[in-house]
Amino acid sequence: MRTLVDKIWDAHVVRPPMPETPAILYVDLHLVHEVTSPQAFSGLRARGLRVRRPDRTLATMDHSTPTLPVPAVDPDGMKQLVELEKNCAEFGVPLYALGSDRQGIVHVIGPELGLTQPGMTIVCGDSHTSTHGAFGALAFGIGTSEVEHVLATQCLLQAKPLTMQVRVDGHLQPGVSAKDIILAIIAENGVDGGTGYVFEYTGGAIRALSMEERMTVCNMSIEGGARAGLIAPDDTTFEYVLRRPFAPRNLPIAEWRALSSDEDAIYDKTITLDASRLAPMITYGTNPGMGMPIDGRVPEPSSESERKALRYMGLTSGETLLGKRIDVVFLGSCTNSRISDLRLAANVLRGRRVSVRTLVVPGSQQVKRQAEAEGLADVFRAAGAEWREAGCSMCIAMNGDALSPGQYAVSTSNRNFEGRQGPGGRTFLASPLTAAATAVAGVITDARTVL
Amino acid sequence: MKIRSKVFVIPNENIDTDQIIPARFLKVTDKSGLGANLFADWNPRPNPAGAAILVAGHNFGCGSSREHAPWALLGAGFRAVVSTQIADIFRNNALKNGLLPITVDPDLHAHLAADPGEVTIDLALQRIASSDGVFATFAIDPFAKHCLLHGVDQLGFLIAESDAIDRYESTHAARIVTTSSV
Repeated sequence: MRTLVDKIWDAHVVRPPMPETPAILYVDLHLVHEVTSPQAFSGLRARGLRVRRPDRTLATMDHSTPTLPVPAVDPDGMKQLVELEKNCAEFGVPLYALGSDRQGIVHVIGPELGLTQPGMTIVCGDSHTSTHGAFGALAFGIGTSEVEHVLATQCLLQAKPLTMQVRVDGHLQPGVSAKDIILAIIAENGVDGGTGYVFEYTGGAIRALSMEERMTVCNMSIEGGARAGLIAPDDTTFEYVLRRPFAPRNLPIAEWRALSSDEDAIYDKTITLDASRLAPMITYGTNPGMGMPIDGRVPEPSSESERKALRYMGLTSGETLLGKRIDVVFLGSCTNSRISDLRLAANVLRGRRVSVRTLVVPGSQQVKRQAEAEGLADVFRAAGAEWREAGCSMCIAMNGDALSPGQYAVSTSNRNFEGRQGPGGRTFLASPLTAAATAVAGVITDARTVL
Repeated sequence: MKIRSKVFVIPNENIDTDQIIPARFLKVTDKSGLGANLFADWNPRPNPAGAAILVAGHNFGCGSSREHAPWALLGAGFRAVVSTQIADIFRNNALKNGLLPITVDPDLHAHLAADPGEVTIDLALQRIASSDGVFATFAIDPFAKHCLLHGVDQLGFLIAESDAIDRYESTHAARIVTTSSV
């Protein structure tokens, strides 16, 4: 009768809810980065508290980090990095700082180190913590007050979320990828449809995805309004986790196999999507729900907010985006900066030249090294793209990598909000394949025409 | 906790936290001063002019988990946000800081957005009323309400449960041995 969320939830209840108080929920893994933690550490210091479980806490630097080897000096960004280093030293929290060969985007390094495992509760002061749900973990973003709560007690006061089954059946067509699945779900269900829910992704099209593709889907659950999104673990999951540095030597396979929703489990809501009829998706507006098939036409705005979005984007309804000139391509972010994303892009760029500024930013130092070992970095450089150091980079534009006002970007990241990639910058969200094909042509291009 | 104020209306739907406080202002290590950069990239910049109640379009506060968003709204003088839907993480963050996230039905929202004069929000009664006599009750997390009304510190509450946390840890095997380098 229980859903996967019920099972993980029940296993982490320290104290059940009472009429006046929510449940106290135990956190297995707390990931920390430089932007949302300084005030939490200051709070601990002010109250004379310690970090309860530094051995279940891991920090890295990603949001403000430079992606050039010789960093531009940004005193404010540097101050946060120094502060994180100081806080981790004082409170005994393990840190992969800038310069570490394990540094990278927090949602890339957790899985690649084997810290992210089925059945866990994982939190981080970052909304894309939903990424870790790909392993059958209950993982969600928290604010800085809650970061302080978890640092001090390893627990959160939480009301139990509802569960929405997002069932995706069918088979993806060539040139259509995991990114297109999640952009299509958000386009259909809206950026508010998941509010109050956790998404559980089910169905044959989800089962067929690799772990990295599942991470791409779960990553953008928050863009659909859901704090968390998860997928029941299976052999694909176990094979990925096996032999990673922090994984158990003997995987508790039987225990992990039990982590799926019972056949008679009742979801609070179910929505469905047929992967077979999906085309590559692209966004045209200023929220991730304003998306359409890449060969579609910009729809008629249905509200003043949508009219404002089209004005900001400089688009008119009825227009097609194919052939639209763009200024920058950004390949990166916690959505699409893993080795398989880089391989997809490199396959398109091999033997070709980019005709617009193209940034390729690996998600972690480990991804970077692997891409270099496989010759992908050479492909990117030979194509005229900029091969950078690991970090969030132009997804959030805090580190100096930013669009200029008015510039158009095709970006593999997760948010097309006004100014997200730099004040006045205009973002089209798409898959790595679409981004690479567009980089070559300099205009928005359907990757199916160049594969 | 009672708020009595004129309202400031931003009718746009899906106002994300990047609009509320753009990312380049997150490079701070304390909570103060963020109000000066509220809606920094909007042209014209909204000018709340002393209003403590923000009436905003559907799905306010979507996007990132930055608690800098409620800090900036509070810094600019707001004490409540009223919408037809408020994003989950923003709502949690707001409640931790005493910024009331209030969800109302579309009719009342339309009435409040038409600037009905002074509006009163009474947390104890969970009641929102405009000076022209229109009112409604609203839902709010009972624990957050209790904490705000009685000055209960949520972290203090959790720390007081240390015995229960000890018990949980001693009866549940660690899922990871350590995060220290291996």
